[in-house]
Amino acid sequence: MKQWPLILSIARTHLLTKMKSTITAALGVTFGIGAYITLVSFMTGLNGMLDDLILNQTPHIHLYNEVQPSEVQPINRYALFNSDLLQIRSVKPRKGQLKIHNAPPILKNLKSREDVVGVTPQVRAQIFYLSGALNLGGVLVGMDILEEERISNLGDYIVQGSAQALANSDNGVILGIGLAEKMSLGMGDRVQVSTPGGAVFPLRIVGIYQSGLADIDNTQSLTTVQNAQRIMGEASNYITDIHIKLADVREAPAMARQLQAQYKVQARDIQDANAQFETGTTIRNLITYAVSITLLIVAGFGIYNILNMLIYEKMNDIAILKATGFSGLDVQNIFMSQALLIGLIGGLSGLLLGFGLSHLIDSLPFETEALPTIDTFPVNHNPMYYLIGITFALLSTFIAGYLPSAKARKIDPVQIIRGN
Amino acid sequence: MKTVLEARNIDKYFTKPVEYHVLKDISFTLPEGQFTSIIGKSGSGKSTLLYILSTMDTAYEGSLYLKDKLITGSSHKHLARLRNEYIGFVFQFHYLLLEFSVLDNVMLPALKLGLKSDEEIRHDAMEKLRMLHIDKLADKKASRISGGEKQRVAIARALINNPAILMGDEPTGNLDSYNSENVFQIFKQLREEEGLSLLVVTHDEDFARRTDRILEMEDGRIIQGT
Ligand SMILES: Nc1ncnc2c1ncn2[C@@H]1O[C@H](COP(=O)(O)OP(=O)(O)OP(=O)(O)O)[C@@H](O)[C@H]1O
Ligand SMILES: [Mg+2]
Repeated sequence: MKQWPLILSIARTHLLTKMKSTITAALGVTFGIGAYITLVSFMTGLNGMLDDLILNQTPHIHLYNEVQPSEVQPINRYALFNSDLLQIRSVKPRKGQLKIHNAPPILKNLKSREDVVGVTPQVRAQIFYLSGALNLGGVLVGMDILEEERISNLGDYIVQGSAQALANSDNGVILGIGLAEKMSLGMGDRVQVSTPGGAVFPLRIVGIYQSGLADIDNTQSLTTVQNAQRIMGEASNYITDIHIKLADVREAPAMARQLQAQYKVQARDIQDANAQFETGTTIRNLITYAVSITLLIVAGFGIYNILNMLIYEKMNDIAILKATGFSGLDVQNIFMSQALLIGLIGGLSGLLLGFGLSHLIDSLPFETEALPTIDTFPVNHNPMYYLIGITFALLSTFIAGYLPSAKARKIDPVQIIRGN
Repeated sequence: MKTVLEARNIDKYFTKPVEYHVLKDISFTLPEGQFTSIIGKSGSGKSTLLYILSTMDTAYEGSLYLKDKLITGSSHKHLARLRNEYIGFVFQFHYLLLEFSVLDNVMLPALKLGLKSDEEIRHDAMEKLRMLHIDKLADKKASRISGGEKQRVAIARALINNPAILMGDEPTGNLDSYNSENVFQIFKQLREEEGLSLLVVTHDEDFARRTDRILEMEDGRIIQGT
């Protein structure tokens, strides 16, 4: 097709002589694409931050035991009452239910699976923090802190001290920042904890962490598995929770069901745990695309109008071109190229506008107590969005240009020439 | 002698607003190198016939031969190509692309044909402009020249691909007598020096009388000249 330079040069001349309309049409596209880039970068940046905040602190699969009454009460086992209606009032849960039965072999088994990236055991214990006359209720979590740091972004949230310091000490604790503030404690200080049974243990503060979620920061502190077992007065096979990280998070629900059946424990997967959260992400994405597409449709109508007008004004030109040997397709291509040139120029400046705005937003300070790792607004500069943006621009101008240019293709030159 | 164009039993009807038989059984041949004029009363169907002969209008019955090849029923694309290569057309109104320069206007059909390099085409176009004594206008915008000049630019454009036939629908109808005479002389010269075939619709009896052959139309028929 060596005709393209000719067709493009005719298209260019038409556009240049209609500078105002061209610019108006291109600006429509520019704003549409610019808004899309800005919105999508900012929204996905925000989503990513919230993902980090909540999802990355949630294990892909969480194994635990739920406190519930035994389904088979002792009296049910007694053959003598088989034929009677048995009624027990005030059924109480069984002791020691929180413990995951046979945890060490389960851990070993999980670690050997190919689709599992990491497994960490935890010991969760209800305790009281003793501060003067006050007993603050809270949770002490014993964990394999180095492994936990490897498979999650826990390390980002330890704002003072380090995971390593906890691993190295034998009675260390990493305190939630809310707790530390309430009790006016800092690094190196001692804190006393007591079990519900009344035993008191002194722990040394080797770190402070801030998850950004007040509920956790005000109640929870971290220690080693051994430490937690010792405080609870339990043996080394006492494990209450197992966190599993998978190679592919999408397999979480299926695997959770399988583990639940296999090990007779409760298994909660990340999607289950964060169903509402996903909904929020979806809605934000929906808004982004709804706004961008609306802007592009408006821009598309602008192009459609301007092209229609242009073709109306250029009836004579179209008749002459056809009379001198240009085919209908040539004429259509001339007007299609005009639409696409508008789309390309408008789209590229839209990308620039979006790039500028999203970097401007990225540089605005955004400091919040809840998010220790963030000091400017979160923006996701994914090149993919720029690719989508320019594709969008060309696609919408293509659609907007198609009808008018198809009309130009069909114009009968004889009618125009007669008309004069 | 070879024929450039042959029409066999051409009939055409307009259906809107009412059915109207505008061309009735028209047959004639145009030999190569002849300067033919078509005359006839207003409404006798001259323009309609010319649009069919120029391949722009395909809604007719009968058959049309260009250089002994049947072209009736060809695709629009193929007809556009034939028009581009073999038929030069001059309208009563000047019909230039007003936003382009005079030179661009003349070059466009040759660029579309794509048989020569841009340089050669530019050279040929300048040649045609020189022949028509308007080479000084080459770089002017087509909207900035006079009517007589426009008509000469249109003739240069019609000639750029060295067509087999030049057709004109009242090419002098809009010009004063001086410019009309000028255009006539150009046509005559093309016929004599280059052996070009010409078919020109005119109302100017004086003009027609000086051509090789006159076809007279009345009521959709050729009543004289075949
Ligand atoms: N598009 C059309 N629809 C219906 N009738 C038409 C159409 N175009 C032309 N006619 C009719 O066809 C007849 C022939 O028209 P045509 O333009 O060929 O005449 P003409 O001989 O060129 O006249 P003139 O000398 O005035 O240019 C006229 O009666 C005209 O009214
Ligand atoms: Mg006419």
